[in-house]
Amino acid sequence: MANPVAVKLTAKDFKSDQEVRWCPGCGDYAILAAVQQFMPELGIPRENIVFVSGIGCSSRFPYYMNTYGLHSIHGRAPAIATGLSTSRPDLSVWVVTGDGDALSIGGNHLIHALRRNVNLKILLFNNRIYGLTKGQYSPTSEIGKITKSTPAGSADSPFNPLSLALGAEATFVARTIDSDRKHLQSVLRAAAAHEGSAFVEIYQNCNIFNDGAFDLIKDADSRDEHLIRLEQGKPITFGADDRFSVVHPEGSFGLKVQEGGTAIVHDATVDDPAYAFALSRLSGSELTTTPIGVFRDVPRPSYDEIVRKQVLDARSQIDGTPEEMLNNLLNAGDTWTIL
Amino acid sequence: MAAPAKRVEQLDRVVIRFAGDSGDGMQLTGDRFTSETAQLGNDISTLPNFPAEIRAPAGTLPGVSSFQVHFADYDILTPGDAPNVLVAMNPAALKANLADLPAGADIIVNTDEFTRRNLAKVGYQVSPLEDGSLESYAVHPVALTSMTVGALAELGVSKKDAERAKNMFALGLLSWMYSRPFESTLRFLERKFAKRPDLVVVNKTALQAGWNYGETTEAFTVRYEVKPAKMRPGTYRNITGNQALALGLVASAVRSKLPLFLGAYPITPASDILHELSKHKRFGVTTVQAEDEIAAIGAALGASYGGALGVTTTSGPGVALKSETISLAIALELPLVIVDVQRAGPSTGMPTKTEQADLNMALYGRHGEAPLAVIAPRSPSDCFHAALEASRIALTYRTPVILLSDNYVANGSEPWSLPSVDELPDISVAFTTAPNAPDGHFLPYLRDPETLARPWAIPGTPGLEHRIGGLEKADKTGDISYDPANHEHMVRIRQARIDAIPVPDVDVEDPEENARVLVLGWGSTYGPIGAACRALRQRGLSIAQAHLRHLAPLPANLGEVLAAYEKVVVPEMNLGQLASVIRSKFLIDAVPFNQVNGLPFTAATLESMLEDVVKNG
Repeated sequence: MANPVAVKLTAKDFKSDQEVRWCPGCGDYAILAAVQQFMPELGIPRENIVFVSGIGCSSRFPYYMNTYGLHSIHGRAPAIATGLSTSRPDLSVWVVTGDGDALSIGGNHLIHALRRNVNLKILLFNNRIYGLTKGQYSPTSEIGKITKSTPAGSADSPFNPLSLALGAEATFVARTIDSDRKHLQSVLRAAAAHEGSAFVEIYQNCNIFNDGAFDLIKDADSRDEHLIRLEQGKPITFGADDRFSVVHPEGSFGLKVQEGGTAIVHDATVDDPAYAFALSRLSGSELTTTPIGVFRDVPRPSYDEIVRKQVLDARSQIDGTPEEMLNNLLNAGDTWTIL
Repeated sequence: MAAPAKRVEQLDRVVIRFAGDSGDGMQLTGDRFTSETAQLGNDISTLPNFPAEIRAPAGTLPGVSSFQVHFADYDILTPGDAPNVLVAMNPAALKANLADLPAGADIIVNTDEFTRRNLAKVGYQVSPLEDGSLESYAVHPVALTSMTVGALAELGVSKKDAERAKNMFALGLLSWMYSRPFESTLRFLERKFAKRPDLVVVNKTALQAGWNYGETTEAFTVRYEVKPAKMRPGTYRNITGNQALALGLVASAVRSKLPLFLGAYPITPASDILHELSKHKRFGVTTVQAEDEIAAIGAALGASYGGALGVTTTSGPGVALKSETISLAIALELPLVIVDVQRAGPSTGMPTKTEQADLNMALYGRHGEAPLAVIAPRSPSDCFHAALEASRIALTYRTPVILLSDNYVANGSEPWSLPSVDELPDISVAFTTAPNAPDGHFLPYLRDPETLARPWAIPGTPGLEHRIGGLEKADKTGDISYDPANHEHMVRIRQARIDAIPVPDVDVEDPEENARVLVLGWGSTYGPIGAACRALRQRGLSIAQAHLRHLAPLPANLGEVLAAYEKVVVPEMNLGQLASVIRSKFLIDAVPFNQVNGLPFTAATLESMLEDVVKNG
């Protein structure tokens, strides 16, 4: 993470001069506004912030941020950002991606960035559909999903993005919702403070091809019964009068929701990813018990730091100008001279 | 009893091939013999030939690994067509290499391995040592394994360790035969086995025993000498193409004053470049072994975007995977060096065999109109300079550059006259640090009128925040644009800026200045083509030779050069890829001559082909 420098910026400073071209009503607008409003909090000069994206609706994001930005190719943003972050420790590098970009075509790069713990803040806008290609099912679409490419329903089981990230032993894993600006910003804050990869899944509504996908946990009349807000150090309860608890049944590997009982106390800093994984399994496609918040936040040296340290250690052996060192290198080994 | 004095014969050149099982250490043996030879001042050229399998079943034909070294008292261009001496460590090595030997060649065989079982493995019913089938050769049967074990008997080492040292016994014997001093090998063994002093003693003893055997046995009556070659004054080292290429990249970092970032995924025959560069972190070199070929180039491009010299190294299958990212680099107009160490394809093909069949892919293998610069080294040591040239073009013109090496130059070696660091080109470029438009805005696609390069404004530069990407960009502003006229303009300017890269004129070697036939090559065929031309000229025939380093853009004088000859012949290790370019660009009836057997051309093959063209048109 780049060193914060005292600069006073406002949300307006992070708006680029480009016209935003998502569909009216798209959840991406809310995320963009939330990110622009949050950015000044970082205290990092705009020039030291880079947004890197792949392909898809969400990946247009960098064009709208008045920072450095790179709109790359489908699925490859984590790989490109790895090169940038590793070679430029002074930068704050953010990856913006979607469920198709990160989990389908770019799945390999995502898991490897996470297992390496590259110092990237990865925002995955999950709308459970392909938007830019006009409505095919995605790797997070629910099984049986009827779309243009699956008129008889999709046959694929979806990924649970958080379970996947935790399987790769990501050091920071969180989930939030496009429409809950306060919560979204609290998660961004925690992600930004994390050294290493921070993986944030943002439930995002595609009002054209998959409208209402998250209504169960968004609508005022249903959300309280289905949304679980994780708070560090607090028992995990939800529902009217906290009538539901997340408990750890004796003899079970996982967690479950029940009425009453002793709720477990949330601790994102548990080193074993099994706990966060169990939390991630509370919700599937049906969203009936969906935790949001920071699932996991544990310290581990970042890849960038380890790689950079190797270079710095080697550079401490410098014994001359670069030209002198090069000359020694060329002349190393068995040489002979002809007069 | 004193050893009988041995006759010493002078030779002007020798080609030795060390052949054995892939576990027999033939590459190491050849490498050490080469190093000893180089220090004597002979000119040398080497060619390793090994299977892709790390350890194919022992004693079988697919498991045979060989290393050929050609050394001479004059300047040579190839590893030699046919060995004068074959060292065969087992029946498989004999069988696999016999067809390449001219009559009268010396064959040193390890008789201990000529057992009934080993003979049967390769289909010998009767030992070729006994059935008279080797009559036309000078066969020297040597019990290499048992003599090695005997020599090490007093050291109390395991039979396995003792037997493994038989390659050092062979090296000692050959070092004696050709009067090579082996002190540098003793030092090498001390370095290699620094953590196993027992193995230092074992190998040194075996080496010395092999030498002593040569000196005392009556089986070898002649010892040979090859006088130093007349080479230009300077300090030399023996170098492979992959090593030279890696050093050229380090030199690029030094001479550009930029950090070097290598993103790579292991692939034969390019991995040695990754290995070499990973040792040079003190030059500010960062190496990332990525999760795949795509990530490797992605990381390199990300580093270039951040102001490093981004490089990715691979072979043909890897370039295919990188193709989409190369197109992105073309759209972003960022520096990037893509090294393709070509191997025989398609698909996995023959990973340890050579070919030049990726030229079409380098020139054309991308979606859209996606031009870039392509260059190819002509010899192992030339890989150093080619790497610097690729970096220079990439940085100056903000473009991806494909460097087409191949397995032949990558693993072959030759003496390299070490360049003076101060005389290497300065390839530094300036980052853009201030707005470039009169109104104080920054225009990321406003071009330098001379180079047509766009500004390289790296993250961290205040006031120049901008967004770029793969979508078509409006001229100057870089904003997303679907405007038809703008796209037409951008497509044409991306081509124009590559076409406008100034590259040196191609030289023509036509000593008699009366040749009617020009032979045009590119890349690693330089050695065999040059040797064939020399041979023809020695026989009084005139032939002109031109060799391309720059394949895109082509040298400006090439059309003029081609037009000056009645006939243009283009030998390539593919089915005529450069020949097609020449035919289509210059509308001449260029004659392709092609070989795609995974092996480099021999000089003799080219000599006979060219002789026919020169004599019969």
